[in-house]
Amino acid sequence: MTESLAAPAPAGSRRPGWGHRLAPHGALLALVLLILFNAAFTPNFLTWQTLNVNLTQVCATVIVGVGMTLVIATAGIDLSVGSLMAIAGALAPLIFLGHLVPGLSGPPAIVLAFVVPVAVTAALGWFNGWLITRFRIQPIVATLVLFIAGRGIAQVMTNGNLQVFNTPGFQWIALERVAGIPVQAILMAVVVVVAAWALRRTLFGRRVLAVGGNETAARLAGVPVVRVKRGVYALSGALAGVAGLIVVARNSAADANLVGLGVELDAIAAAAVGGTLLTGGRASVVGTLWGALLIQLVRYTLLANGVPDAAALVVKAGIILAAVVLQVRRAP
Amino acid sequence: MAPLLLMQGIDKAFGGVPALQQASLAVEPGEVHALIGQNGAGKSTMIKVMTGSHRRDAGEMVFDGRPVAFANPRAAQDAGIATIHQEINLVPFRSVTENICLGRERRRFGLLDWGAMHRESEALLARFAIRGIDVRRPLMSYPTAVQQMVAIARAVGFSARLVVMDEPTSSLDEAEVEVLFGVIRQLKADGVAVVFVSHRLDELYAVCDRVTVMRDGRTVLSAAMSQVSRFELVRAMLGRDLEQAVHAGTAGTPGREPLMEARHLARGRRVRDVSLSVHSGEIVGLAGLLGSGRSETARLIFGADRPASGDVIVASAGPIDGPAAAIAAGLGYCAEDRKTEGIVPDLSVRENLVLALMPRLTRRGVVDEAQAKAVADRFIARLGVRCASPEQPIRELSGGNQQKVLLARWLCMDPRLMILDEPTRGIDVGAKAEILTLVRELAADGLGVLMISSELEEVVEAASRIFVLRDGVSVAELRGAQVSEDAVMAAMAHGGAAEAPKVRHD
Repeated sequence: MTESLAAPAPAGSRRPGWGHRLAPHGALLALVLLILFNAAFTPNFLTWQTLNVNLTQVCATVIVGVGMTLVIATAGIDLSVGSLMAIAGALAPLIFLGHLVPGLSGPPAIVLAFVVPVAVTAALGWFNGWLITRFRIQPIVATLVLFIAGRGIAQVMTNGNLQVFNTPGFQWIALERVAGIPVQAILMAVVVVVAAWALRRTLFGRRVLAVGGNETAARLAGVPVVRVKRGVYALSGALAGVAGLIVVARNSAADANLVGLGVELDAIAAAAVGGTLLTGGRASVVGTLWGALLIQLVRYTLLANGVPDAAALVVKAGIILAAVVLQVRRAP
Repeated sequence: MAPLLLMQGIDKAFGGVPALQQASLAVEPGEVHALIGQNGAGKSTMIKVMTGSHRRDAGEMVFDGRPVAFANPRAAQDAGIATIHQEINLVPFRSVTENICLGRERRRFGLLDWGAMHRESEALLARFAIRGIDVRRPLMSYPTAVQQMVAIARAVGFSARLVVMDEPTSSLDEAEVEVLFGVIRQLKADGVAVVFVSHRLDELYAVCDRVTVMRDGRTVLSAAMSQVSRFELVRAMLGRDLEQAVHAGTAGTPGREPLMEARHLARGRRVRDVSLSVHSGEIVGLAGLLGSGRSETARLIFGADRPASGDVIVASAGPIDGPAAAIAAGLGYCAEDRKTEGIVPDLSVRENLVLALMPRLTRRGVVDEAQAKAVADRFIARLGVRCASPEQPIRELSGGNQQKVLLARWLCMDPRLMILDEPTRGIDVGAKAEILTLVRELAADGLGVLMISSELEEVVEAASRIFVLRDGVSVAELRGAQVSEDAVMAAMAHGGAAEAPKVRHD
């Protein structure tokens, strides 16, 4: 051991080469290459139409993925997000259609239709965190509870019926555009920017990474581990609620069976591809955005070039595998 | 009589760092042989070489009259050496019989022969005088002691000649320990030899015939239990043969109100009755053998664990009900295991340094980065942390520099009391001296320090008072002229301060 020597790093632990430098930005690099490929080979690719289609497709995954990234940063996982989307998606029409509180309508109903579902899913997310911290249940099992029960709750709320509506006051969140850009894409960007900033600059964000990096050490340094974890799951729940609202608003219909189906795995995949360490302690919110966009664009590219969706799934799996292998090689 | 097991001149190194150097051990048939030593003394490596988990680099090993070199644990087992580990490796939901016969099931016509297996299990348990057990019931319906007996019965079977028990008593209560001793005596009566690892001197005298003491990878003492005193054992484990450390501790300030006082702390088996106090401006040592409850006591004082009974009183502060309250009361705690309890490996040096301070640098939820940087830079310079930049991940630093960052984590809080658990473990000599000097300077500036160290000379040199723990009880307080390595070792061995024997130094 040469400890007292002024050796900044043990030999071999860091090899500054181009591969090392590019690895953290692997998802972004792949995304750029894919865009260049499409620009060259896919007809009508460089249009607002294409951009908007892809952004609206990816929006829910990214918003949920941001919450997932924070959860994963604490060395947790949240399987319940898809079901929470279904709950929020079922709840909002019940409110603005006046089924929940008869007579409630107009702007107050619209406001409540935004606020109440998100508050409910945040509370359910907090419940996930409570299960995990109070009973020391593994996150994957604790969130499995609402993964299963949540969709059931959504179906019970709507008696299993498809809710169809045409309520522009509510649906602006998905259908409106500002300067040609869909509101949902702007919302997505805001969520990403705020979360990325919060993870770096706020006490809460720093504590999230400390808890994920070494929970014991964090606790001994006075970090309120329990509060941080419950907070992060509540946030994940709230973001899932927002995503649920966007999806039903876009479809003009809420189907408790389908809203958010499988989104938890897409969100986890986006985070993993984006460079967030699944064992916690290292996370990149912006990376999750690139990861989600990459997965979406691969799917779009294959579809646009006549490859069936089923085959696209296999390619998607391949990308995830490649990303995770890269990550393992990068880990110290 | 030829020894059953003879190990001589054993060398073993891991990555160039020697773990065993010319170590030796001789076990006679039918004897209970204690193997003791401090952390890192080489007992575990010795046992792993013995039982085939590690290959020796040099030396010879003779078992039952034949030179042997076990390629794996299975080979050692087949030769007649059984190992019982600290934790019970059994399947609690399955029956006693299934646990005993796991991996060596009896078959007849391709089917399991349950009748034969039940009979075999019953015979085996009867041999160890374990009665009243229905071998068909799940193992978990019996208490821990019985489960441990089943583990022993399973490991020993009918063919073992030598049984190695690695700290078998650490999870047992006193009644269960007695049952275990019954089994050990039964083995002995059957002519089976036992190698027994424990840190409790009382247990060694209760059940062992001979003892081998290891220190720094060497065998330093081997004698009949009846021929060595407790003091000699402790001295062999800890002591250095050459000069005695000179007590140069701070003067101490008895009479004043203590900064922190712990009264009759107890939690589980590890901490049974610990009382101690620290004044501001003094370094207080907490000494004791491995397993005597030092770290557990530190955790109780800091609120990392809650005591079952007893109080921690910090001057002009509320009750300590968790690390956050301890920090608010002006306490800091550098835990024993830097890697698992100290550093957050992926975070930068700066982030690790300000981890505890961060709430104080936060305005409306946002951390003041400029201030955090300033604090980190100041303490990196003050403690001489060697790093490429404050933004370098802490995992890339050497152990000594990591430890300095962890010290800085608390020093930047301007604490009143620091609890340092093994602050110099695993770091090189230069960094060690720097850290000890720093601790002295801080104490001179009024900081109270409670220091735990397995290196006796460190404690003796630095501390003005030393509390000695023995089996979870604070048995002695040494102060002023009483502080010496011999006195501390005597208290570890016997539990009293006054009865330090005069020892020849030749």
